[in-house]
Amino acid sequence: MKKYLPFLIVLAVGLLTLGGGTLLYRAKLRATAAAAKNSKAAEADKAKALHVRGEAKAPVTLEEFGDFQCPPCGTLAGALKQLEKDYGDRLRVIFYEFPLRVHEHAREAAFAAEAAGLQNHFWEMHDLLYQEQANWSKGTDVRGMFKAYAGTLGLEVDRFLRDMESAEVKARVASEQKLGTSRGVESTPTVFINSERVPVPSLNPAGLRAMIDKALQEKPAP
Amino acid sequence: MTRKAKREPQARGTRGRTFLYAFAAVISLAGLLDATYLTVLALTGETATCGGSTGCFEVLGSVYARIAGIPVASFGVLGYFSAFSFAIFTGFGYERTRKLFVLTVWAMFAMTLWLLYVQAFVLHSFCRYCLFSAAITFLLAGLVVATPPPRGSED
Repeated sequence: MKKYLPFLIVLAVGLLTLGGGTLLYRAKLRATAAAAKNSKAAEADKAKALHVRGEAKAPVTLEEFGDFQCPPCGTLAGALKQLEKDYGDRLRVIFYEFPLRVHEHAREAAFAAEAAGLQNHFWEMHDLLYQEQANWSKGTDVRGMFKAYAGTLGLEVDRFLRDMESAEVKARVASEQKLGTSRGVESTPTVFINSERVPVPSLNPAGLRAMIDKALQEKPAP
Repeated sequence: MTRKAKREPQARGTRGRTFLYAFAAVISLAGLLDATYLTVLALTGETATCGGSTGCFEVLGSVYARIAGIPVASFGVLGYFSAFSFAIFTGFGYERTRKLFVLTVWAMFAMTLWLLYVQAFVLHSFCRYCLFSAAITFLLAGLVVATPPPRGSED
């Protein structure tokens, strides 16, 4: 029996590790799902849950799945602001987080934007992150830079830092990424206009304008 | 050669050595638990909170926490499980696994030095779970140094 004892011990520990790890993994997944669910339930107003800019009854809805560290997203952000100004209450823009793994700081930037959102300053942080993209993307202390941005926007900095790490913020980013994946998003920026996907060659001011005009013709303002 | 002959006589190992390998196995288990927990966090997309400190968030969320998309902690699971297994076999008198144990521990030691360097000089943040793992690896390395090879061994 003693001959087999080391084999039995190693086998038992291997199985226990595998089993324990699997149980923990499942429990964590359930907790994340529950956090996402609770987060949604807590936000009674769905419009408040989404990051929306523009009139709720606008005939055209432009949805963007974006990554704050992606340079084309930064370029698009400027173009979208101009379009929002030009189309006024006929256009509303919804932003969804879709940080890509290839971008070193994208996930943290998404957490920063969401943490600012908990203090009702999502769009201000969104604009600032894109505006300063070239600086923080290359920085070594991005967290310090985001902290400084939070201060610039007049946020409660301690709360902002806590929120950046909170399960609520992480769950929100994860759920928006999941939503994007379910809608076939693989790269950023991915834009939908009235649920119709904008082809990559049209991701420029002229192309977007053409698609918004087309959507307006199909669904004129009430 | 019979199966019995493959297993070298346990008499070679003293009680002290057996105790040291048993101790090495126990601390490897602690490292295995730590690395398993960090692997699960990495796979679920979470980062540990470290009791209010931001170190874990910064270290485990950094690009250095993965190698080719695989969580570094999962290599820790592999390393600690190997160290545990080899320590158990060596403790039971299987002298050939001693070399594997030594090799595994030194590989883990080298990896630990790299990870400590990254935390100290690149990220400027420390994750307590990673420091715990580093302490265990240092302890294992200490045991390797403190446990001389048995008489008649080639190394």
